[in-house]
Formats: sequence, C-alpha cells, structure tokens
Amino acid sequence: MTALLEIENVSKSFGGVQANKEISLEVPEGAIVGLIGPNGSGKTTLFSSIVGQYPIDGGSIRFESEEISTLRVAQIARLGMLRTFQQTRIYGQMTCMQNMVISASVRKRGFGELFHGQHDPQVSKHAEEMLEFVGLYEKRLLRAGSLSFGQQKLLEFAMALMNEPKLLMLDEPTAGINPTLINGLIDRLKRANAQFGITLFVIEHNMRVIMNLAQHIYCLAHGELLASGTPDKIRNDPNVIDAYLGAH
Amino acid sequence: MLDNLMILINAPVITADLVINGLLVGAIFALAAYGMALVWGVMNIINIAQGEFVMLGGYVTMILFWNGIHPLFGVVVAPVILYGVGWALYRLVVFRVVDRDLFVSLLATFGLSILMQQLMNTAFTGDIWTAQSELGTSLLFGGLVSISNIKIAAFFLAIMLGGCLVAFLRYSRLGQAIRATSQNARAARVLGVDTDKLYAITFGLNAAICGAAGALVAMTYNIHPYIGLPYTIRAFMIVIVAGLGNLAGVVFAGLGLGAAENIAGFVLGAEFQLAFVFGLLVVVLVWRNTRLAAKRQYLK
Amino acid sequence: MTFPPQKLIGYAALVAFGLAAPFVFPNYHSQMAELWLFVVFALTWDLVGGQMGYNSFGNVLFIGVGAYACAVAQVGLLYDISNYTASDGGDATIYVFTVPQYLTGLAIGLPFAALLAGLVAAFFGSVVLGMRGHYFAICTLGLGVAAGQIAAGWEWIGAGSGMTPPNAPRGIGDLAQFFYFFSFVLAVACFVVIRWLLSTRFGLALNAIRDDEDKAEAMGLPTTRIKVTAWTFAAVFLGLSGGILGNLKRFIDPIDVAFAGETYGVWMVLMAILGGKGTIWGPVIGAAIFQVLKEVFWTYLLGWQRVALGLMIVLIVVFFPQGILGWVREKFPEMFGHRVDRGPAREPAE
Repeated sequence: MTALLEIENVSKSFGGVQANKEISLEVPEGAIVGLIGPNGSGKTTLFSSIVGQYPIDGGSIRFESEEISTLRVAQIARLGMLRTFQQTRIYGQMTCMQNMVISASVRKRGFGELFHGQHDPQVSKHAEEMLEFVGLYEKRLLRAGSLSFGQQKLLEFAMALMNEPKLLMLDEPTAGINPTLINGLIDRLKRANAQFGITLFVIEHNMRVIMNLAQHIYCLAHGELLASGTPDKIRNDPNVIDAYLGAH
Repeated sequence: MLDNLMILINAPVITADLVINGLLVGAIFALAAYGMALVWGVMNIINIAQGEFVMLGGYVTMILFWNGIHPLFGVVVAPVILYGVGWALYRLVVFRVVDRDLFVSLLATFGLSILMQQLMNTAFTGDIWTAQSELGTSLLFGGLVSISNIKIAAFFLAIMLGGCLVAFLRYSRLGQAIRATSQNARAARVLGVDTDKLYAITFGLNAAICGAAGALVAMTYNIHPYIGLPYTIRAFMIVIVAGLGNLAGVVFAGLGLGAAENIAGFVLGAEFQLAFVFGLLVVVLVWRNTRLAAKRQYLK
Repeated sequence: MTFPPQKLIGYAALVAFGLAAPFVFPNYHSQMAELWLFVVFALTWDLVGGQMGYNSFGNVLFIGVGAYACAVAQVGLLYDISNYTASDGGDATIYVFTVPQYLTGLAIGLPFAALLAGLVAAFFGSVVLGMRGHYFAICTLGLGVAAGQIAAGWEWIGAGSGMTPPNAPRGIGDLAQFFYFFSFVLAVACFVVIRWLLSTRFGLALNAIRDDEDKAEAMGLPTTRIKVTAWTFAAVFLGLSGGILGNLKRFIDPIDVAFAGETYGVWMVLMAILGGKGTIWGPVIGAAIFQVLKEVFWTYLLGWQRVALGLMIVLIVVFFPQGILGWVREKFPEMFGHRVDRGPAREPAE
C-alpha cells in the first residue's frame, strides 16, 4: 500500500543556502510520524514546501499518489492536508466560534456553499464538539485574539480538526506551552489520530513528547536526512546524538 | 496616435529632443524618489504628501520671483523653509502614525496632502505659474535640438543635491545614525539614538529635498496647487522599480521615467500624459506582483 | 436571518423616515440624495476594506464607470453620442427626451452601469487583488486617477468638458427629489444585501482574509475568488450609485465628479473609519455625520471648506481611527456578544 504522503529527493534552496537537500521520506496512512533535528536543519522549510508555500527546486511530493508539488497552498489544503504554524495563526478579531465555523471543511462544498448562513446547526454542533475536545468551549464567544498563547494554540488545533483533514502537519505543537499542560496535548493528539483517523506528521523539539507520540521518526541535519526509524532506534543513534550536540 | 509614432520613427530629431528633455526632468523625479525612499526606509512611512512638498517648494520659489529675487535662490531657500515644514508636520502629526499600521500612515499623509493642496489653492487660486530664470537656450546636434539652459542647470543641480544627501548619509555622524535606525530601530535606540528626534530630522530632510526639487520644477516647468499627486506617484514608482537602498537604480529609473513620459506624451497626446503616469504605476505594480506570484509570493 | 420585533420596528421607522424626508425637508433634496449615495459609498468600501482588509483608494473607478455608462446608454438609445458630446449635450431643443424615453433610458442605463462596473471589477480584480496592504491601496489609487485622466482625454464622452446626462423632461418634476428616491432605495438595497452577506459564511471568509490571509489559504479557502466576488459586489452598487450621481449632479466631470479620487475616493474611506470600520452600521453613521459636517463646512466656512475637510481627515485618522462603533466595542464588548459562556449543562465528552 502506498503511503499517504511520499516525498522523494526534494530539494529547496534560498539564495545561496540549501535548506533541503534530496530528502526522501514517507508518512503512512493512520500513522504518527515525527520530524526532528537541530535548529536550522530545514524542518519548517520542508513542511512549507510540502504544503505548497514554496515551489521546490527538485524532487517529487505525492499525496494519495497524486503529484502535488505544482499545486498552491489552498488547493493542497482542499485535498485534505493541513498544517499548523510554529507561531500559531488564528483569526484574531473573530470569535472562537467563528474561527471554527469558517474552518469547516470546504472539500465537500462548492463555492456557493459559502453563501449559506453562519449558524448551520450541524456545523455549529461539530464546532462546539471540537472546542469541547480541546477544552475551549467556555471561551467560544470571546475574540480569539484575547486568548492566551496556549489557548490560541489549542484553538488552532481545534480549527484543524474542524476541517477534517486526512493528514495534519503540526509544527512544534508543544512549543511555548506550560509543561503541566503538555500531557493533555499529547493525549489529544493521540486521540485525534485514533478516534478521528487523522494521520499526523509532527515537528518537535521536545524529545520526551515526540518519543512518546510518534511511531516512526525522521531526523534532519544540515538540510539532509540523517536518520530514520522507531523512537528507540533514533534515541540510540550516535549520529542523531552528535547532530544535536554539535559535533560534525 | 499611430501617426505620432511614425513621426518619432521618421524624425529622430524629435525623438532626441523628447528623450533629452525627459532625461533632464527625470533627475528631478529621482530627487523626490530618493527622499521618499529615505522616509520609507527609516520610518516605514509612505509619504503621499511627497508631491505637495515639491509643490510648496515651487511656491516658495514663485514668491521669491514675484519679489524680484532670481528664482535660482529658491534652490537654497525652499529647502530651508521646507525642512521646517517637514519637521513641524512630523512633530504635530506624523509621529503619531509612525508605529501604526502602514495604511493609517498612508491615509494620514493623504489627508495632509489634501490639506496642503487646498491651503495653497485658497491662498493662491488654481493659477499656473512659472518662475522665469532667463538663462537662454542651447542648441545641440548642429541646431536641430534646442534645450533651455535652465533645464540643463536643473539637471546638474538635482544630481548635485542628491549627491550631497548621499554623502551626508554616508559620512556624517547624523547620517550614520539615520542609516543605523533604518536597519534596526530598536538596536539604534538601545545604543542611545533618540529615534524620535531622528525621525523628525529625516522627515524634515525629505521635505527639504522635495522643496529643492520644487524650486527646480517652478523654473523648468510650472506649478499650481494640484501638481502634487503625480509627483508622489512618480516617486513611488521609481522606488518600487529600483528598490529601497538602490541609489543607482533610483537615478536610472528616474531618468528613464522622465524620458518615457515625454515620449508617451507625444505619442498619446499631451492630454494623456498623466494617464500614462498613473497607468504605468498600475502596470509596474501588476508586473512586479505577477513575477512574485510565480514564486508563490506577493508584494508586501 | 431572524429579526426580533424591536429591530423590525427600528428598521421600519428608518425606512419611513427616509421616505418622508424629502417632504419634511424640501430644501435639502439634493444633499439628502447625496447622503444616501454616501451611505452606499461607505458600505461598499467597508465591505472590501473594513471587513476584508483590502483598503482601496480607487473605488471611484466604479462610480465613474457607472456614471458614464449610464449617461452613454441614456443618450445612445436615441441620439448619436459624438454629436451629443460635441455640442456639450445641453441644447435642450435638439436633444429632447420625453418622459417615457427618459424613464426607459434610466431603466436601461442603470443596469448597464451596474453590469459594466461589475465587469471592470472582475477584470482588474483578479490581478490587483493579488497585491496586499499598501500596494493594493496605491495601485487602486493609480487605477482610479488613470481612469479619470483617460476619461478627460476621450473625445467621444466629452473629454475634459465632461458629459451632460439627458435633460429631464418637465414631467419628471424636481430632479433632486426624483433621484432622491433612487438613491434611497439603492442605499436600502445595499444595506440589506451587505447585511445578508455578512451573516453568511462568506462574511466570515472576508473577516478571515482580513485577519490572516495566509492562514485562510492554508485552511483551503478559495481566497482569490472570494476577494474578486466581494469587490464585484461593491462595484455593482457603486456603478449604480455613479449612474444616479451623474443624473443628480446634472453633469459628469471626469475629474471632479466621475473619478473624483481626492473627494469621493478619500471621503468614503473617512466615512467608514469615522463610523467604525468592520461593522454594518458604522459606515452608515459615518456617512450621515460626514455629510452633515460637509454641508456645515460648505455653508459656514465658504472659501475654507476644503481646507477644513482636509484637516478633519487628518484629525480623524490620527486621533480617532477606531471610529464611533469601534470605540463602543472597546467600552462595551458584551454588546457585540464577546463573553465567556459556560453554556447549557453538557455531558462530558465520552
């Protein structure tokens, strides 16, 4: 069975800097895959290239066996691949509820569907359920911009779930989160994967989180794929340890 | 229109005349553009009132002329007065919009431009004026092309003024402080630069440069209360094409615009010359954005 | 959309006031007609600006296109346009319109104005809306002014001398009163349509684009189509208002009436900001206050009215950018529905 997401020899450079060099990896359907590597190893660039934010210099990116490297961000999102942002992006001046409603999946709907009312009961129910899932139900009528950073991260996650993606790419989902709340987040991620069937591809710096969460981990360093394997294998891989400790 | 084009092709003398005159006025455009780039780079403000500073400089020169003083002195007097105007406007209005949304500063400077325009219209009516400098004309190409000497003088004055500004920015302490602030305002502040005072000086300098440009415009062409917006748009276009910080680009783009505008004015008819300027703005922006869109980016 | 009874009564009262106004204030027909057009200007600007975040300085483009398109249709149905404009169109003895002809002219001219303005928006929009922020603002400024300059040079529609819409036959009565009703109906229609738009998910999409366009794209929203659609909606109403404006003013000057960037173009931005960007009533309130202030300036500050207006622009932008409703929203957020809500007792999620 071909993987949900297949990346083959993808390269991307900016000016003189080669951010990604011939990277190949795959994300099987239903899995939780991790992407780790020291700062500057090209993780976020790879994410951005996959979702269509940058045109790649070379290689192939296939989602559900279809080549997507020539598609734009919105098109790829409509195919069912979403990403969350490192800096957490939500619609600040709208209420949480409105953020959720506008994130409802557009895949099954045509352009004309946009002209339906904001208070569709089915959509509202789904939105409330997702907000409840991340623990933000009480805050649903507040302006999203007035939430704390951690709450905004949860909202962003809820919005992604609302969109019913097939693959959700999370860029450092626990960064900046109070350590006592991280377990709750890991738990929700696992449930999203198990219950809602969403495949997860996660960039993480927090080793405890990613080792706990992922079934397979890729490690990047200096723009290249350094290692790949199960959490145990990666944890004990000397190359990975060297990369993080700085020895070339 | 096509007839005019054929004239240009068949009579290169006319083309040469248009191009040379265009290049000469282009230096004035480049001057205003350099000031705009300065304010944009240092304070992140796009000054829609740029052309109005030019217009005011022109009126200062006219006042000198009406009082029997040779308008060339305007090139010295106008910058001094306009520096004060620019500095005052910063202290009264602009400082409040510096840290805000760029659109707010656009709207604020637009408001200022309308204010200045209408003030001058009320004070001097909409009459069109030129300050006669009486420097005669020169003949080129064995008498085929005649250029008024004031245009040649204006060209060199513009280049010289621009050069002075560049030298000031590069070699003086204040100039270095200005450049440092444009690169990283916070760092500059931490290192002891009073950025607010610096912004006021920069805005004043910009107004002064435009004032000088205005003096040149009053002598070489004409002024009236509504010449502002086209100059603002020209300056903006030049900065967009050249890029902030590209001095040579500003000069070449300015000269090129002058020449292109003159030729367009001939081919399309004088009544469409401004249409050409504003239409070119749209074309330049659209072209730029389309190029960026291919890389999945956009003008920001 | 559901309407609670108090709101319904409120709306009905406003409509009644609007219909009765020309009879209550017989000396102010043209100012009141202009007021309703200002409401349209402000509402349409805010749809694309305050709601969607694309602040345009060039919406006058559609007003001008509408004004000329309507007049050209009105005249062109019966007479040769070049002859008409060449003779400055005012010769009432040659270019006569009977009442039925005049009304037919409007019945065809106004929709034509709307259609042409909409097409212009769709044409330019797909490209121009690809730019953001100040680039979009300045590009639209260029479009608006360029259109005015082209109109000022185009002989067929009168070039710099402008174009006179058809002389209304006697049977029409007081022209300002006649067109007052057109502009009032247009303002009401515009309000109703925009209010409806904002109650749909399209309205949410507009706000999403304003708040974070890259995020909206990343969530799969077809942003280009949404943006062009919004601008086209605005253009259609602006085209209609242009058609009415030209007839109301009895003269279409290419720079000062049709493509009046430094008056109508900037004023519409001011009205929306003064009343409160991003709200439905803000632009309406802003338009009303602005028109009143403008009339006051014109009456009492003659000679300095435009200077006063310029000063007012600066003061509002610098000191009061949140506008009236924005200020209210800051002071009383609950009025806008922003609150913590524990909701009805809920079963815990499994």
